[in-house]
Amino acid sequence: MRSEPNHMRRFVALWLLANAIMLPIVIFVLAPGMPPGNGTEQAAGQVVDNTVLLALSTPVALGVLLFLGYTIWAFRERNLDGPVLDGPAVTGNSSVQMWWLITTTALVLFLAGFGSVRLLEDGSGGGQGPSPLVVPSGKALQVQVIGQQWQFTYRYPAYGLETNSLVLPPDTLVEFHVTSLDVIHSFWAYQLGVKADANPGVDNIAYVETRGPLSFEVRCAELCGVWHGYMYNPGKVASSKAAFASWIQSQQQKYSAASKVLPPYSHTYFPGPNGRSG
Amino acid sequence: MAKRSLLVLSVALATLVGIAAYLFLYLANVPGSARAAQTSSGVNLYLATVPAAAANDPHPTWVSYYVTNKQDTNWQHKTTFVVPANSLVHVTVYQYDGASGLRNPFISQASGTVGGTFTLNGKTMNAIDPANASHVFALPQLGISVPLAGVASNAKDQCPNAPCTLSQAHMTITFTIKTGAAGLYRWQCFVPCAAGYIDGFGGPMQSIGYMDGYLKVV
Repeated sequence: MRSEPNHMRRFVALWLLANAIMLPIVIFVLAPGMPPGNGTEQAAGQVVDNTVLLALSTPVALGVLLFLGYTIWAFRERNLDGPVLDGPAVTGNSSVQMWWLITTTALVLFLAGFGSVRLLEDGSGGGQGPSPLVVPSGKALQVQVIGQQWQFTYRYPAYGLETNSLVLPPDTLVEFHVTSLDVIHSFWAYQLGVKADANPGVDNIAYVETRGPLSFEVRCAELCGVWHGYMYNPGKVASSKAAFASWIQSQQQKYSAASKVLPPYSHTYFPGPNGRSG
Repeated sequence: MAKRSLLVLSVALATLVGIAAYLFLYLANVPGSARAAQTSSGVNLYLATVPAAAANDPHPTWVSYYVTNKQDTNWQHKTTFVVPANSLVHVTVYQYDGASGLRNPFISQASGTVGGTFTLNGKTMNAIDPANASHVFALPQLGISVPLAGVASNAKDQCPNAPCTLSQAHMTITFTIKTGAAGLYRWQCFVPCAAGYIDGFGGPMQSIGYMDGYLKVV
């Protein structure tokens, strides 16, 4: 009869070794390159959040995978020529069960607290509805995002302008007011770290603090009809505030005719049925 | 027993053939394409918009675009328009439908056309009254959008169904676009013009072959 080694000690040693190798790789090599990047304060914050989540889930994933691998290897049938015998009976281990419960509970509670704190710091780029819980300090540039089947248009109330391009000034707090004229859309510019549903008749507010120049893409993230897949447009954070002012001026000239017939700025537009749409 | 197996096999085979036929017909029922006419004056694309498709159309009550010719005599129910790359394309739309109005007045201004303008019944302009919009010819990927004004509600001799003739009440809209590289670009209408559907967004607005289609640049 072969004497059994201390499997628990072996497994813990293997797990610690795997963590010592993988955690620095995950934290310092993989995580910094993860989406959504560092284009805005909110996006950079999400990279930090993703890093924390990945760093905490790595030991769990390694534990599960190593446990699977170790059991397959350590408890394999060695006597292939003889009769296949049943292994020893499985018995409970209250110590393991207790530590498993303590560890997972602590992890879940920590993540719930961490997530709440992060969310309350700056809104994390999420749509907060018409009465935001978290309002970052500082003067914000209002930009209204209007969804319609199947394009977004952007209204800059401070400049009396609506356009179909989204350009933002650098180093500025932007207050997005996201709404829709028809069905439910979702304004998703992941490089900005922002995603907010566009519901008809609802003013969904999301905050983003831009950094330097950035090219990004806006996509609709809510299945909204036959051309949903085409509902996207490029956007950018201008290289300087002067470049942004120059762009605003060019758009004001380009869309001067449309600007004259725009309805008064409102947080929502819920046009009544008109013509055939009634 | 053999008889029963044969029956089961026959039913299974008939079901499979039925599914295959349905899939084939569904896939084959792609709206056709029409090539823009190359004339001495350049590349010309003639379109028409009507309040209702032809009586023999699968959806005879649906509003629709059609391809036609300069005299507006050769109507084809196709919404994929083939045009050459890197060319000026002169587009003429014979608009026979009444106004529905735009949800977003921003779209009442033309954009992306040569000069940023269009002509409405011979008059050059860059915008219309948003309430008078009947349809829009828009290629959002290319930044092109042209509002199409509607026929007055009290106009005489209005065309109820495709095909229509130039002797009937209509608006003539012309504009020129400059095509770029080859590619497939979608076009759509922005006016909620689908009568009988909630908020005018269903049916022809959601179906390629009526108020949606492609510009195939070759």
